[in-house]
Amino acid sequence: MPTTAIYTILISLALIVGSIWASNSLDFLPAVASSNAPIYDELFKVLFVIGTVLFIGMTGLVIYSLIQFRKRPGQEGDGLAIEENLPLEIFWTAVPAVVILFVGLYSYDIYNRMGGMQLLSSDSHSHHSMSAQERLWGGIGEVKQEENESEVLPVINVELSAMQFAFLFNYPKGEIISGELHVPVGYPVRMRMESKDVIHAFWVPEFRLKQDVIPGQPTILNFTPTKTGKYPIICAELCGPYHGGMRSTVVVEEPDEYIAWFQKNSKSPDIEA
Amino acid sequence: MSISIPPNTESNSKKLQPTGWLRYFSFSLDHKVIGIQYLICGFLFYLIGGVLAGAIRIELTSPMSDFMARDVYNQVLTLHGTIMIFLWIVPVVNGAFGNYLIPFYVGARDMAFPRLNAVAFWLIPPAGLMLISSYFINGAAQSGWTAYPPLSITTPAAGQIIWIISVLLLGGSSIFGGINFIATILKLRQPGLKLMQLPMYCWAMLGTSILVVLSTPVLAGTLILLSFDIVAHTGFFNPTLGGNVIVYQHLFWFYSHPAVYIMVLPAFGLVSEILPVHCRKPLFGYSTMVYSIMAIVALGLIVWAHHMFTSGTPPWMRLFFTIATAFIAVPTGIKFFNWVATLWGGRISINSAILFSCGFIVNFILGGITGVALAQVPFDVHVHDTYFVVAHFHYIVYGGSVFVIFSSIYHWFPKFTGKMLDDNIGKLHFILTFIGFNLCFAPQHWLGLNGMPRRVAEYDPQFTFVNQISSVGALLMALSTLPFLWNIINSLINGKESGPNPWKALTSEWLTSSPPPVENWIGEAPLVTEPYGYGHKTKNSNSPVQMNKKQETS
Repeated sequence: MPTTAIYTILISLALIVGSIWASNSLDFLPAVASSNAPIYDELFKVLFVIGTVLFIGMTGLVIYSLIQFRKRPGQEGDGLAIEENLPLEIFWTAVPAVVILFVGLYSYDIYNRMGGMQLLSSDSHSHHSMSAQERLWGGIGEVKQEENESEVLPVINVELSAMQFAFLFNYPKGEIISGELHVPVGYPVRMRMESKDVIHAFWVPEFRLKQDVIPGQPTILNFTPTKTGKYPIICAELCGPYHGGMRSTVVVEEPDEYIAWFQKNSKSPDIEA
Repeated sequence: MSISIPPNTESNSKKLQPTGWLRYFSFSLDHKVIGIQYLICGFLFYLIGGVLAGAIRIELTSPMSDFMARDVYNQVLTLHGTIMIFLWIVPVVNGAFGNYLIPFYVGARDMAFPRLNAVAFWLIPPAGLMLISSYFINGAAQSGWTAYPPLSITTPAAGQIIWIISVLLLGGSSIFGGINFIATILKLRQPGLKLMQLPMYCWAMLGTSILVVLSTPVLAGTLILLSFDIVAHTGFFNPTLGGNVIVYQHLFWFYSHPAVYIMVLPAFGLVSEILPVHCRKPLFGYSTMVYSIMAIVALGLIVWAHHMFTSGTPPWMRLFFTIATAFIAVPTGIKFFNWVATLWGGRISINSAILFSCGFIVNFILGGITGVALAQVPFDVHVHDTYFVVAHFHYIVYGGSVFVIFSSIYHWFPKFTGKMLDDNIGKLHFILTFIGFNLCFAPQHWLGLNGMPRRVAEYDPQFTFVNQISSVGALLMALSTLPFLWNIINSLINGKESGPNPWKALTSEWLTSSPPPVENWIGEAPLVTEPYGYGHKTKNSNSPVQMNKKQETS
């Protein structure tokens, strides 16, 4: 059976190469506009390649079996009485287990790079006086700043309150309340979120981030926008009849534009953004 | 003598029961009648749920909310989810096929508790009708089938309370069924029939019933607390009264994740019965299949918080539930490799039953792959609560369970009725369903990745075209029901006589007439110790079915 083995290896290789090519050339995701979006897309590509190889491989086996082993006219009797094969069972238990372990460790690494494993309560940037009792649950912790950056950029603090069916963004520094989120490109943003009525969710597809906004339970989301532009903010948790219409915009702008917007709207204009 | 149960004291009461078609409307104690009652009742609810799905797809052909009022849209999606889960898939894969087949497979003449069995079924029609009628009273529930508070507390109370009562009744029915299956499989087994000789569907039902009995009471308790919050203004989950909304989610998903396995494990069992018969091969890797079912049951109970990665969960919890969830792919994968190995080298009759089973394998693999991806927290924070998730779980419950239900109907219809279904119409049904299903749900992966949240009546106009493709797929799925219905009705009237065993199968439901007599076999029950003894080897020796031969358990 060496020819079968050669064919199997060749087909598997073609599948792997084909799915790597597809993951690089096909565009499945929206624009990349935050520091964790490229990390996310890296994970997506790895999962896409593994998934495509598995799916096409298994589907191919099913279709091949249906054609090759179909009962032809005039054939009588049964198929082969093969009941089990222990080495084979061990093989297809071990291989998926290793793949799953790899995916798990890899996604842990991705999540860590996104800042997900950082404790949310240990924040030195926040200007709120948070009581020790207050539990903060959150999406993503603080994104690790790039190592080559010599200066540590100040964190933009925003408070989001959600209600049926709107998002309100409060900039405590300048006492600004806005229906749109304005953030300067490249600066880390720390958003403290709480809902006034039911559960909502803050989602920006271009940031690859989502966090529920919960009544009675503040949540924290940290992100760093990396590309200027306007992106949709979408409520992703069913919140009532107008759930589909509960949208807003995040405006990622150059730092000087952001400062101009901030000073124009600020009630205490002498404070810098 | 190998009769496993003592002379049945129920036989006298059974003789008083109506015969003919009327018995399907009676409080029958015959497990076969109850099985058919579950199947037909479930299918009627499937049609209603399907009409609701059609309404959703019509609304979504345009980006504006223009087909129905916004609150009606939320009622429709709530009813669609609740009906399809609690009134179609769960009752049919468990109640219908479980009731019909399990007594045969263990060599019993009925379920352990026939009256409880009838009660379990008769809870379903009133619960279902009540749920649907809530729409005409003051509007149905509109907080989704998940009924997350505080939304479920603040939306109109009447619909939500009726929804809770219906789900409680259906959950009760499910628990009664689960207890009955566990008792039947463990206690009514024929002497001489060992656990590791049972057909795979028994193992699947044993695992499923363990999940039902362990997790459904948690849902019931949760919904009772939720109803207190709505009616008595208590504060269990109401944040304005100091309640915690996240606790509800933990309790809800403690049932509702296992609910996924309650819908797919029996389907796994049914496929394991169907494939060997039509491939003329033993089921590959019987013992690993059994262990993997039990592994899925054990893991299925400790993965619920993967539905809550964006809700507000501490990092350690996200990590734990990611790993636990992803590892379910290992025992699940084992089952799929074994099914493909069962196909390999077989002599496969290409008929409707095998096509739907293979369609299930292909669809479920895609749903499983997206499931492993969704288990990864960093992946999930982008696509959670989007159409990616909608696509994923429809690949699991429709591409998985519903395909298996159709496969099972093609396989067991001759046993149920004594008539054959038309296989060519069946193949047309398969082709329409398979194309329609994939056209409807495959594009939704892209929608979710690119920014379309679920449960919305309006969306960004850039998604219009892809949504229209999806709606065309839904239309094909709706059309595919017509040849199926025609096939059922026409075959009942004009179908070819099937005889007792048209597939030359070895399991014991085929070793009696079609349809079987009231107590399943005339005379003694056959002892089937090799339910999958197909293949060349057994050809020369005697039939593995040891008719009326007593085996001493040693």
